[in-house]
Amino acid sequence: MIEIKDLHKSYQMGSNSLHVLKGIDFNVEAGELVAIMGSSGSGKSTLLNILGMLDVADSGEYLLDGLPIKNLNETKAANYRNKFLGFIFQSFNLINYKTALENVALPLYYQGVGRKERQEKALKYLEQVGLKEWSHHLPSELSGGQKQRVAVARAMAAEPKVLLADELTGALDSTTSYEIMDLIQKINDLGNTILVVTHEDDIAHMCKRIVHLKDGVIVEDKKIEQVRASQYVQ
Amino acid sequence: MFSRDTWREIFVTIRKNKLRTFLSGFTVSLGILIFITLFGMGNGLVNTFDEFFSQDATNVIYVFPGRTSIPYKGYKSNRTIEFDNSDLKDIEETFPMFVEYISPRIFRTATTTYGEESNDYTTIGVDWGQQFAEKTIIMQGRYINQRDVEERTRNAVIGRLVEVDLFNGRNAIGKFIDIGGSVFKVVGVFQDEGGDNEERQIYIPYTTRQLIEKNTDKINQIVIQFKPELGYTGAVALEKNLVRFLKDKKFISPDDQNGFFVRNVAENLKQNQDFAGVLQLIVSVVAFGTIIAGIIGISNIMVYVVKERTKEIGIRKAIGATPKRVIGSILLESIFITTVSGFTGMLIGIGVLKWIGNTLKEDYFITNPYISTGVAIFATIILIFFGALAGYIPARRAARIKPIVALRNE
Repeated sequence: MIEIKDLHKSYQMGSNSLHVLKGIDFNVEAGELVAIMGSSGSGKSTLLNILGMLDVADSGEYLLDGLPIKNLNETKAANYRNKFLGFIFQSFNLINYKTALENVALPLYYQGVGRKERQEKALKYLEQVGLKEWSHHLPSELSGGQKQRVAVARAMAAEPKVLLADELTGALDSTTSYEIMDLIQKINDLGNTILVVTHEDDIAHMCKRIVHLKDGVIVEDKKIEQVRASQYVQ
Repeated sequence: MFSRDTWREIFVTIRKNKLRTFLSGFTVSLGILIFITLFGMGNGLVNTFDEFFSQDATNVIYVFPGRTSIPYKGYKSNRTIEFDNSDLKDIEETFPMFVEYISPRIFRTATTTYGEESNDYTTIGVDWGQQFAEKTIIMQGRYINQRDVEERTRNAVIGRLVEVDLFNGRNAIGKFIDIGGSVFKVVGVFQDEGGDNEERQIYIPYTTRQLIEKNTDKINQIVIQFKPELGYTGAVALEKNLVRFLKDKKFISPDDQNGFFVRNVAENLKQNQDFAGVLQLIVSVVAFGTIIAGIIGISNIMVYVVKERTKEIGIRKAIGATPKRVIGSILLESIFITTVSGFTGMLIGIGVLKWIGNTLKEDYFITNPYISTGVAIFATIILIFFGALAGYIPARRAARIKPIVALRNE
């Protein structure tokens, strides 16, 4: 699903150049649930941004479902993001004046899906994350866990090829974190490819594979025995 | 871009962000409202000005007698100049191409009596053409006519307020009044836009006045109404020739400015129109300034609005909004708000002007303030256009920001 070869990225910090990614080689198959781990400054967020087409690499190859991702203009990047990728952020990033339902329906709006179909689909995904009854509430009326569920539903709504989650439990307490991970696991069980960036060990171990990043290179890449989050959830 | 979905999305955004919508709409409304009120008031001021200076016909030259100040051709200075009937005839014969009517005016104040009521009024001996120079409007009966002048009849035309004073509102036509010891029959009642003073005057044939005064042929003033086709330049030329002719006839030095005086209404009118033009210009500059202030106001708000929405723009981009759609929706939203509020402000402004009407005429010299629909709509569209432009520039910049940067914006 994702093929990355010799990816380099450096940031210009005044006169110094900060080499953040120093040649990443990395493949993800369809249906995988991968945790990308590393301390801050290891380059994991940068990698995720490049994978998410929110940022561009200096050199290297990036194929998404066989499609080379390079030299994208803003419009094309936006279209690819809309079609191929779903984002889940640490700070939820819901639009605060839109209801849960409207937030979930927004990616479909940008896909040009008709209003009625949008609402039906959005409701379906809200139901999947267990928030059907909350569909007409504003984000301010929801708890942190509920907001993240809405964000997951939104990421799912466009039916992307890959879900990218950036510290998706970073702003949540551990119980809620497990609930969200339980949801992520269930989505993965349905065959969705998911990448999770985290620095929390327990969260990483709820994935099926852990990729360790240190100082811009992959130091460890191993498949693990998945810890099911459902056992922590009542 | 203009699908129903786009509009629905915009309406939702507008409805959910009431303060923002109110602020930008209010700025535009207020700007247009102030512009229209100000511009209308300015027009009202110009109206007052026009009204003030256009009570009398504009194609009139008045000639007043004076005293010479320079000795000339054997005559000493300080000689009193008088006009008589022959001057009327000579002017008419010398300038037949220019003169439409010519009339003398002989002013006398006389005690006028009807029954028990008595009062002092200015009586003016005139020729029948005088009616047109003063824009005298006959309410009842008729004006002095040619027969009155030729046959020296004792007919009089009295002002509206003379009738009010002497007849207590009863009809004066056909009644006989005593003017300074002579009996006149009232043949007409007139009104005059010139005001109360002019409506307390009495017109009689100048020939009758001369007959009463021992059959003299002296007259006070000469009123010449020239043909309107002459225009301003023609009027100035006529005035020049007339002065030369009269100076020659009355043996007044060409350099003597005091032998008689000429007032050319056309020339005054030109100056007054120039003055009114300057007034209009000042009003326009002020109104233009208001529009500029409005544009700056809406620009500020648009910059703030886009700044406030930077994160939202980042979210929208991350989930697949293209820059075009981001700019499009911000732009459409701002155009929608400015259009609705702009035209609301415009209608309120026009309403305010209607409501003011003539209430400010007495104290503030503002008559019938108005703004032409074209100017109002033009100003509104200008404001909408610049409101949109002011929204476009920051929106374009915001849409170019990388989503990752916009998302970090808290």
